[in-house]
Amino acid sequence: MLQILSFKGSVNFLRHALPISIMSLILVVLSLVCLATKGINWGLDFTGGTSIQLTFSKPADLSSLRDTLDNEIIAGAVVQNFGSSRDVVVRLQTKEGVKSDDQVKLVLSAAKAQDPAVEQKSVEFVGPQVGKELAEQGSLAVLVALICILLYVSFRFEWRLSLGAVAALAHDVTVTLGLFSFLQLEFDLTVLAGVLTVVGYSLNDTIVVFDRIRENFLKMRKATPTEVVNTSITQTMSRTIITTGTTIITVIALFLKGGTLIHGFATSLLMGITVGTYSSIYVASFLAIKLGICREHMMPVQVEKEGADQPSIMP
Amino acid sequence: MLNKYPMWKNLLVIIIIAVGAFYAVPNLFGEDHAVQVVGTRGAAVTPATESQVEQLLASKGIKIKRSELENGQLLVRVNNAEDQLLAKEAIASTLGENFSVALNLAPATPAWLEKLGANPMKLGLDLRGGVHFLMEVDMSEAIRKMEDAKVADFRSQLREQSIRYAGAKATPKGIEVRFRDADTLAKAEQYLKTHSNNEMVFTDTSNGDNFVLLASMSEQYLRQIKEDALTQNITTIRNRVNELGVAEPVVQRQGAERIIVELPGVQDTARAKEILGATASIEFHMVDQKTDLAAAKAGRIPAGSEVYKRREGGEVVLHKDVMLTGDHITGAQPSFDQYSRPQVSINLDAKGGSIFSDVTKDNIGKPMATLFIEYKDSGERNPDGSVKMNKVEEVISVATIQARLGRNFVITGLTHGEAQNLALLLRAGALIAPVSIVEERTIGPSLGAENIQNGLQAMIWGMAVVLLFMMIYYRAFGVIANLALTANLVMVVGVMSMIPGAVLTLPGIAGMVLTVGMAVDGNVLINERIREELRAGRPIQQAIHEGYGNAFSTIADANITTFITALILFAVGTGAIKGFAVTLMIGIATSMFTAIVGTRAIVNALWGGKRLKKLSI
Repeated sequence: MLQILSFKGSVNFLRHALPISIMSLILVVLSLVCLATKGINWGLDFTGGTSIQLTFSKPADLSSLRDTLDNEIIAGAVVQNFGSSRDVVVRLQTKEGVKSDDQVKLVLSAAKAQDPAVEQKSVEFVGPQVGKELAEQGSLAVLVALICILLYVSFRFEWRLSLGAVAALAHDVTVTLGLFSFLQLEFDLTVLAGVLTVVGYSLNDTIVVFDRIRENFLKMRKATPTEVVNTSITQTMSRTIITTGTTIITVIALFLKGGTLIHGFATSLLMGITVGTYSSIYVASFLAIKLGICREHMMPVQVEKEGADQPSIMP
Repeated sequence: MLNKYPMWKNLLVIIIIAVGAFYAVPNLFGEDHAVQVVGTRGAAVTPATESQVEQLLASKGIKIKRSELENGQLLVRVNNAEDQLLAKEAIASTLGENFSVALNLAPATPAWLEKLGANPMKLGLDLRGGVHFLMEVDMSEAIRKMEDAKVADFRSQLREQSIRYAGAKATPKGIEVRFRDADTLAKAEQYLKTHSNNEMVFTDTSNGDNFVLLASMSEQYLRQIKEDALTQNITTIRNRVNELGVAEPVVQRQGAERIIVELPGVQDTARAKEILGATASIEFHMVDQKTDLAAAKAGRIPAGSEVYKRREGGEVVLHKDVMLTGDHITGAQPSFDQYSRPQVSINLDAKGGSIFSDVTKDNIGKPMATLFIEYKDSGERNPDGSVKMNKVEEVISVATIQARLGRNFVITGLTHGEAQNLALLLRAGALIAPVSIVEERTIGPSLGAENIQNGLQAMIWGMAVVLLFMMIYYRAFGVIANLALTANLVMVVGVMSMIPGAVLTLPGIAGMVLTVGMAVDGNVLINERIREELRAGRPIQQAIHEGYGNAFSTIADANITTFITALILFAVGTGAIKGFAVTLMIGIATSMFTAIVGTRAIVNALWGGKRLKKLSI
């Protein structure tokens, strides 16, 4: 049997729970501070504006392109490389009284002056109204997702566990957003999808641990809640590592091979999955214990399992 | 007996996976270059057209792979992009203006597969290139138009009932109808109320000697107007898109006042925008001959008349009442009169024809004006971010009615280009309210191909590493898990191809890649459980049984919660995000099936009921 981790009995994961939880709390506070001061670098989808993606036949001279644009009426354009030195993205704010079509034409002619063989790969224009609605919808989606999950977990498990799970999710979302704010990475629609996927994934993780906690509370009659949680985490640890590992592998494949359009999405997943994995232990389970979870809370929920009618071999 | 599946269960697994695989197969065939021919302006594509096209291409030496005539649309498949361009030009110049000929990529699925309903996944714009527009309908204009119609309606109703009123006009508060005394007001209110179908809410707002009845639209009626404006606009835009000759366009409503238009393969956005967003319409008004132009310009103008600009300069006083609107126009062709001046020949529907013949009969010898109305994007924005539209009204022709006109007549006074655009717009119907473009995305075709390439690369790499790891780590059980993973991927593709509304987008591919990583979870949970049971010293058959049993509720709980988030993403998301949510949801469902039932079937078949000393896990 090939094994990555081999634990005998139970490892006292919760021994370090307090300092790690405090660290998590500090991380959340830092993220909030960062969000409040630096804000999020909202992408075009949310702010509105125009974005033009160009591919030059040779490495593009960004500063000269910037200068040319500054001399025109579209000063303040953001000119950046996008993936390679030949790919350039130009972002423009919506301006009062200027048609987006005219802006695009100006940018194209400026690029053509530098390189006649420049290729226009995509043009996107989003009205400011649409972006605002999207931002509202997006935050609503995250909120609704959290509430729905709170309800489902309360129904299937127990409210203390449910609260722990949702706290862990809120933690993951906050820290992921905080990192995006700290690094000032662009936050577009695909990143929002990434954040929501993180909610789903991190919960997946938490549920696996909780499921085991519920089971062990019924099996380990004399153990303290901390012991039960420790044993459960130990038992699920190799699964956690393998699943997180395979998921991270595919996300890295997306990040490296999926092209620049999917970078934001992959980045948010990478961050979220890492944070989400430890939060299921040190935030979700720890909070449930602090809320006083014990054997009696687990009793009313009867879980039907295949093979439950089999005689138990455990002493 | 432990770990034995009944025959039906095994069969079920095989059938489900086989069906999934069958519907995934069409995706392997790629696409053919094709030319699509659709009849417009009443012309239809018939088998005769088909043989005409076939002969034409044969004479040009262009080989046809296959040609299909379906739903009045002819699709001719050729061998390569070069032939495709040649074929398009040849067909377009031969068939003439009554057909729209467009380049298309048609799935190269064999006909027998297609007959069984197996088609490849539809690709989103980000994967095939094209333009995406999000258009917003100006509802305040739709409501204003309806108010104007109501004012005219009230006037004629009151006149018919011989109830004397002092004036009726639309104000920001609603429609105000003034009376000379309280009695008439009460009578009018009584009558209008009973004849309003609950569309209007009437309030008596008299004060002192002013007897005013205020009519405002009921909430329900307002909603109805908006709904009608949106559906009418969608129909019109759909007609216009068809006139553009684009292959497989999408016109869809989004929310209460927005419309999504997707035109695959289109790169000339300027023309597309001009045609889709143009809100040109015509109205016919009688010229007010009694009012002097100079007096009218000085402000002495009767309530029912208004001064309008003429295109060729100068002004003219017209009656406000519309004799006929553009809604009744069924056909419009640009042509030239005997002096080779551009004109538009108009055909009216039956109702329009009878209205028009009535009014022209009563007005022979009197001048009638054609009013051209257009909403133009001013380039400016309202404080709320919506586009400010300017209404431009111009009288394009004033002609004396010579005789009673019927359902066919001509409009003159336009330039050549205007005649052509007006004819196209009238043919495709008028937008009931102006639309503005609030979002526009143009994706180059090379970018689309690049996106597919990137997505596939990511998928192959991710999948390869995961499969390798599983095989090494869990050995025989790893190989079984890998079979499940592969079956899962095939089934996701199969289900995506089966669902008519599902569209594959770049984030959708990302969703599939992610599914590969996450689908392992089910197998890992099961395998880890089996190992645990073995470590606890259980007999092998028992360990397999318990492992699957114990993992089940965990897998179910974990997947249901992820499904909830995917469902929420689907509900609030648009376009690409929806595509991601769809693949994620399908992936969750299929991975649960393959991980729990699929692998169990294999494990049971291989080891079920046998005496085993060691398990390869």
